[in-house]
Amino acid sequence: MKQIYFDQLQETVYHHKCDNGLELFILPKKGFNKTYAIFTTNYGSIDNHFKPLNQKDWLKVPDGIAHFLEHKMFEMPDGSDAFQAFGNQGASSNAFTSFTRTAYLFSSTSNVEKNIETLIDFVQTPSFKKESVEKEKGIIGQEIRMYNDTPDWRVYFGLIGNMYHHHPIQIDIAGTIESISHITADLLYDCYRTFYHPSNMMLFIVGPENPDKIMELVVKNQADKSYTDQQPIERKYPKEPEGVSEKSSVIKMGVQTPKSLIGFKERRVHRSGKEFMEHELSVQLLLELMFGKGTENYKSLIEDGLIDETFSFEYTEEYEFGFSAIGGNTEEPERLQNRLKQIIDEYKSGRLDEEAVERARKKRIGGLLRAFNSPEFIANQFTRYYFNKTNLFDLIPVLESLTTESLHKTLHEHFSDEAMTMCAVVKK
Amino acid sequence: MIEKGVENMPYINEQIHEFNGLKVHLIPTDKFKTVTMFLQFCSPLNEKDVTKRALLSYVLKSSTKHSPSAQDLQKRLDDLYGASFASMLSKKGDYHILTLYMTAANERFISGASAKLFDESVKLLSEAVFEPAASDRQFDEKIVEREKRSLRARLESIYDDKMRYASQRLIDEMCQHELYRLHTYGYSEELDQVTADGLFEYYKKMMAEDQVDLYIIGDIQEKQSHILNTIQSALPFDKRQNKTRDIRINFNPVIPNEIKVVKENQDVEQGKLNLGYRTNIIYGDPLYYASQVFNGLFGGFPHSKLFMNVREKESLAYYASSSYESYKGLMIVMSGIEFSNYDKAVDIIKEQLEAVKNGDFTEHDIDQTKALLRNAVLEALDNPASLTDFLYRQVLTGQPVTAENWLHAIDQVRKEDIIKVAEKTTLDTIYFLQGEEAE
Repeated sequence: MKQIYFDQLQETVYHHKCDNGLELFILPKKGFNKTYAIFTTNYGSIDNHFKPLNQKDWLKVPDGIAHFLEHKMFEMPDGSDAFQAFGNQGASSNAFTSFTRTAYLFSSTSNVEKNIETLIDFVQTPSFKKESVEKEKGIIGQEIRMYNDTPDWRVYFGLIGNMYHHHPIQIDIAGTIESISHITADLLYDCYRTFYHPSNMMLFIVGPENPDKIMELVVKNQADKSYTDQQPIERKYPKEPEGVSEKSSVIKMGVQTPKSLIGFKERRVHRSGKEFMEHELSVQLLLELMFGKGTENYKSLIEDGLIDETFSFEYTEEYEFGFSAIGGNTEEPERLQNRLKQIIDEYKSGRLDEEAVERARKKRIGGLLRAFNSPEFIANQFTRYYFNKTNLFDLIPVLESLTTESLHKTLHEHFSDEAMTMCAVVKK
Repeated sequence: MIEKGVENMPYINEQIHEFNGLKVHLIPTDKFKTVTMFLQFCSPLNEKDVTKRALLSYVLKSSTKHSPSAQDLQKRLDDLYGASFASMLSKKGDYHILTLYMTAANERFISGASAKLFDESVKLLSEAVFEPAASDRQFDEKIVEREKRSLRARLESIYDDKMRYASQRLIDEMCQHELYRLHTYGYSEELDQVTADGLFEYYKKMMAEDQVDLYIIGDIQEKQSHILNTIQSALPFDKRQNKTRDIRINFNPVIPNEIKVVKENQDVEQGKLNLGYRTNIIYGDPLYYASQVFNGLFGGFPHSKLFMNVREKESLAYYASSSYESYKGLMIVMSGIEFSNYDKAVDIIKEQLEAVKNGDFTEHDIDQTKALLRNAVLEALDNPASLTDFLYRQVLTGQPVTAENWLHAIDQVRKEDIIKVAEKTTLDTIYFLQGEEAE
């Protein structure tokens, strides 16, 4: 077991790779009551075209299947429900599916070792039955309808849909009521066998625990299971043109307040490691510099009544894609879009203000320290950065090392006219 | 190596100091990388002040005399390593709580930071409260107008969040004749009538009369006397009349005599079904802890009657849960369903309450519920905001509250107590938000 100490944050992470390939990380947290553990597979909604384990032909699966699999994972072979097993042991459990990951988690303040075993065992025991797969369609159908009634979700996916011509990132993570109707138990097994091998997964545990003891438990648990080595997974993504698919779109809904977003599609993808982290932080810092609450731009947008406190910006990057999104509620979607575009153009034609860069950097560091109070943040984000071949605890040093030159370069590369698109939700 | 669960160490170490009109609660702990302050103002809910109070929470967090524009203030916060400063309002029974809160990084984790982050944050908090952007008679009108727009936008956006909208509508209908009906963030149609001097008058009243508590959570063990001195001079609240804030004294039980059904049509895909029950059991009632267990069993957890039957057995919903309003004695059920499943879902929900009344649950179900409640409370102590919320109960009830007592009392709950709670749980109002074509 390797030990890595992060001086600035005064945290130690313990790492071990099991013989079957499972990556295990433990971060002891003194003083906390709860232990949080998250077991994640490097498999999400965009992985819909792949060669199933030991098969020669490519398989394209229905939209929403990774999320569907996450729901059905909780069912055990004897008909019981892993949710209940956790409840019996005083733990609360949950799961989520993103574009690139599916994660199962629990938090508990007692029976931690038992809960860790339950977490690993239930995810490593697939059981999909025809009848219960059909039944789940009703539940997920309501989840889909709930999202369909959520204008923030609709405008966000509308924006992503504008950006991409073919890439599966534009698919709604839960799929549609139509697409999930094609999901079968056999298809779930195909996905499971391909993507849930320990060599494609990692387990992160944070809490007031003894790392040696936990490691021993996990190693033994894995050694007792008969996993054989698996070939690397073959996934296929369509060739995606650099430019956006649509420059703008409008969705009509029964809303009271319209919503508007503009976004930029990152054209250079497949970054990893330090380069990935530097790029992600650079775009985020630039967004703060242009639109942060302390800027004159923000002030004038508020004063002109174009935005309210729902205004926000974000940048999302993974190995296969990257995009920014800026906006919020507004009475004048089109005018807001034009103003945001104008602000970016003006910013690109000016010089970076060193003092403002320093301030934005400080703000981000403080925000990260706040986030490091949260075991959930540490575990989820550590996993995400690890899958992108970098380390969460490098965020502050990398942030401190970003230069104005590299920010300048990213500004002109990411925020280009061809990469821009807009989406609005307006009153029906 | 780390030893778990040191014997005889209390879960929370809270030290209370009183300076004239301010109670300071210090919670030293080294588990966070920040120092967090919550300044809580408590006042009875009041129809004529509710919108003013909401607007005041916006005005105070957005500017001070020395940093009149929101940008100046934000820049100062950013320079303090991204300190955050914000306000929020909450409704606890018939009390309206205005909170100003500030989080600053612990200097220990920042290379080259000045050791003054805490002092500077207190200074800013002090300015926001004692030196707002105002003359001696009224707030800056431009700021008031700007914050009115902000608050109005927030109030109007609730309509687009159907889950929140349905929850609010249920309380509108159910508590129509009680103070509790009042919206936490006020009413947009009243905003126009609030003037810069009227708001200032209300601010003066709040500063003089509200009960004020400050919670400080973080690695403060070694500098307690410095912190207390700093606070005492930065937050000089005048002494005020000590009013007993015991929610039980003013509590009026309501017994519904018939079930009110309200259906509303909107352009939505999913129906939102909310049911409001009265238990009339509030914090301090002998059945309070049994109510917590009842709620967990009825709809609070994944093994609950509602989750198992509405979702797992009948596949009617993605979410089906209950929550217990312990300051008001309400039990609220929420679910999202197909419009056409209304009757079926209502029947199933009613059946679940009957099942609890009939004792149709095992000792094992009770133990599991208790274990999850225990877990929820202990987890809450790992977060500065929920920790404060837990401790603030003491202020609102005038009774000491410790995590140990809470856990012990949950443990003592018996099956017959849970049945008693179920028997006291009476359906008052059903609210259903459905599509435009549905009847």
